Amino acid sequence: MDFNYTEEQTMLRDSLSRYLANTYDFDSRQKVVREGKGWNPAVWTAFAEELGILCAPFSEAHGGLGGGAVENMVVMEELGRAIVLEPYLSTVVIGGGALKAVGGAIADELIPGIIAGNVRIAFAAYEPQGRFHLNDVSTTLKAGQLNGHKAVVEHASNATHLLVTARTGGAQRDTSGIALLLIPADAAGITRRDYLTVHGTSASEVYFENVAVGDAHVLAADALPLVERIVDEATVALCAEACGVLKVLHAQTLDYAKQRKQFGKAIGDFQVIQHRLVDMFMEVEQAVSMTMMATLKLDSDERAAAVSMAKAKVGKAAKFVGQNAVQIHGGIGITQELAVGHYFKRATLIENQFGSVDFHLSRYENLTLAA
Amino acid sequence: MDLNFSAADVAFREEVRAFIRDSYPAWLHEKIDEGEEMAKEDFLAWHKILHQKGWIAPAWPVEYGGTGWTATQRYIWSEETARADCVRLMPFGLSMVGPVIYTFGTPEQKAKFLPRILSGEDWWCQGYSEPGSGSDLASLRTRAERFTGEDGKEYYRVNGQKTWTTMAQHADWGFFLVRTDPTAKMQEGISFLLIDMKTPGITVRPIITLGGEHEVNEVWLEDVIVPVENRVFHENKGWTCAKFLLAHERTGIAGVAASKRNVERIKQVARQTQDGADSLLANPFFKRKVAELEVDLAALEYTELRTLAGESAGKGPGPESSLLKIKGTEIQQRLTELALEAAGTYGAPYFRSMGEGDNSFAVGPDSARRVAPVYFNMRKTSIYGGSNEIQRNIIAKMVLGL
Ligand SMILES: Cc1cc2nc3c(=O)[nH]c(=O)nc-3n(C[C@H](O)[C@H](O)[C@H](O)COP(=O)(O)OP(=O)(O)OC[C@H]3O[C@@H](n4cnc5c(N)ncnc54)[C@H](O)[C@@H]3O)c2cc1C
Ligand SMILES: Cc1cc2nc3c(=O)[nH]c(=O)nc-3n(C[C@H](O)[C@H](O)[C@H](O)COP(=O)(O)OP(=O)(O)OC[C@H]3O[C@@H](n4cnc5c(N)ncnc54)[C@H](O)[C@@H]3O)c2cc1C
Repeated sequence: MDFNYTEEQTMLRDSLSRYLANTYDFDSRQKVVREGKGWNPAVWTAFAEELGILCAPFSEAHGGLGGGAVENMVVMEELGRAIVLEPYLSTVVIGGGALKAVGGAIADELIPGIIAGNVRIAFAAYEPQGRFHLNDVSTTLKAGQLNGHKAVVEHASNATHLLVTARTGGAQRDTSGIALLLIPADAAGITRRDYLTVHGTSASEVYFENVAVGDAHVLAADALPLVERIVDEATVALCAEACGVLKVLHAQTLDYAKQRKQFGKAIGDFQVIQHRLVDMFMEVEQAVSMTMMATLKLDSDERAAAVSMAKAKVGKAAKFVGQNAVQIHGGIGITQELAVGHYFKRATLIENQFGSVDFHLSRYENLTLAA
Repeated sequence: MDLNFSAADVAFREEVRAFIRDSYPAWLHEKIDEGEEMAKEDFLAWHKILHQKGWIAPAWPVEYGGTGWTATQRYIWSEETARADCVRLMPFGLSMVGPVIYTFGTPEQKAKFLPRILSGEDWWCQGYSEPGSGSDLASLRTRAERFTGEDGKEYYRVNGQKTWTTMAQHADWGFFLVRTDPTAKMQEGISFLLIDMKTPGITVRPIITLGGEHEVNEVWLEDVIVPVENRVFHENKGWTCAKFLLAHERTGIAGVAASKRNVERIKQVARQTQDGADSLLANPFFKRKVAELEVDLAALEYTELRTLAGESAGKGPGPESSLLKIKGTEIQQRLTELALEAAGTYGAPYFRSMGEGDNSFAVGPDSARRVAPVYFNMRKTSIYGGSNEIQRNIIAKMVLGL
């Protein structure tokens, strides 16, 4: 058993952490949010060229570091610490994950582009009626034509490619008959309505109308098991992001509790505040443990159950730590002025992303507790 | 003991329903449904209709403009206005400074201010909190020095900073706690002043909250001159008024009727939301959470009714009202959690309001619009009006004797 990072992983973490501390402070981030594009292309270029983090989970043959899920975890936690807007999750973890899984010519063509920062991928799987169910797909691919509507596709507005699930056969919620496609984001017949999300990234409603899709664009037919695996990997990466977000929420709140004085003493002197901070601390520690556990089980038979356990625990932690961080800050916690409120927003959205606590508890039940 | 309404109460309820149906402005419903930001006149539209009808201040004594309703009738009134989604009335005049003035004010103060509170002519704000004095309100430092003016009259010169002042951007008048005797121990040297917000030396600056709202403000006071006749009650005895008002503020804060309405709304949304092959309300996890909320809400409701019965038997709102504040706000917050959860993926898009900005087109179901900002915004309820930690301290000390 080993929970330590290798030397390379430690270096990856430290260089990213240093870069973000120097360039991605709260004010710079908020400036990007106010500009309303949902990301900063210059940061992405720096990720590719200066830091080289976009190559972390790819094989050396593709120009990568030869890493995998642990590298994604390392990177995502640091991105969470700075509530980074840029699309590492959708491009590197999800898009890159899909390409690594299918391999072949398309992977050879596009992975170097991801590493160079030129290829950016948005994940268009969830549908308006589908809630968190990846099998609930009414978008269709028939006779080479794609039609349908995908909901809240994060970073579609800055993507070069869309990773799309579409039904080639069966009924709307069948688990078979779902294909996974990778198509150019500017293909004829694709329209978008772009908007900002509550934590400052951009997202879109994406509509397909008779989009021509050739065989070369089909990554996998009957792809639901693959899609679930990709989303499990993404969910664990999201849990790692959450760990970064929650650690900062806890640290800032602890700091504030030591400084803020009421009734002639620091509010951290009140036992109720102390115990609350201890409970938050315990939630963060368990979130970290579960994220590591699930990351290390991604290649095992227990993958799905482990990921759902982790996400259920992290989702609860996100709610508890986020809400109490605001509570202990008092009035200043609910303003736009302090970073803590923005970390709280990100923590809150993570709760439902890739499935709520309830969704993952029932998935865990279905996988392991058959009566 | 009897849980049933009398025939007279039932008749009253019908009268209230008919009145709301006939008089509540339809455009106001539309504006709220669209999630549009409310202007001052929007808040006041319903206020003015109620004033005309004579129903604007059911809780006030009849001699000052109250309705003379029984506690049950007042309960029916709040139920029915919530059920019909009527816009919330601003509490600062009607529920806060109004009762202070008719309880502690001079005849001149009553004559000058009460009618204008009832008519909605004056919009009030509450200047209590300061950057260094939130939970520990009695440590407040805004200073009021007394002097005799060139006209021979007595004045205060006020200097200091207030913060979190809700809706001060609209306010005509504010009621302020200020320190008139810096040598006295904390609670002793405080006075309660009514200040015209147009007085020179007052600066109001917005604070933007997490959902993007402009709801609270900083209020700076620099050499603000206030006539002594605008002080309510004795000099250095303002804390008496402040405490009286805080207890009033806490009872209203339970919000039972509005929460009941919101439970219904969430059930309806969950019924219409698809979750796999079924509706979200058929999801056993979600359904259980709704059931638990309904149980807790009933417990709050019957606790409030017991408290009200005690009040109409002559006991003023006591420290028990802290219980209503804690449980009421926890329920309000849980409702926003459920609404956000019900929205699923569509909780993420950010809407300022329809008709402006990037997100001026509909994304996802109407019910999902603004659920996240509302969730963020409602975190305030366990912080303001005395935080829920402070309320627990009050119960520990005043009720349990710890
Ligand atoms: C099954 C069992 C086995 C045990 N075995 C052993 C043993 O093998 N050897 C041994 O030496 N002892 C043993 N103990 C004793 C145990 O260590 C004591 O019960 C424990 O230290 C608590 O002390 P107390 O019972 O006097 O409760 P108290 O100390 O009087 O505490 C009463 C309550 O007050 C709370 N409290 C006290 N101080 C604070 C504070 N500062 N802040 C907040 N809350 C506070 C406590 O948490 C508790 O809820 C055992 C006890 C039990 C129940
Ligand atoms: C949206 C909003 C609207 C408001 N409107 C108004 C208004 O119109 N007028 C006005 O005057 N004020 C208003 N307030 C201010 C409100 O009353 C204060 O925010 C509140 O009293 C808490 O003070 P604080 O924010 O300084 O937090 P602090 O007092 O600094 O509290 C920080 C944390 O410490 C905890 N804490 C403090 N003391 C103790 C203790 N002894 N034991 C245990 N825990 C403790 C608190 O519970 C809280 O969790 C408003 C606040 C908000 C958020």
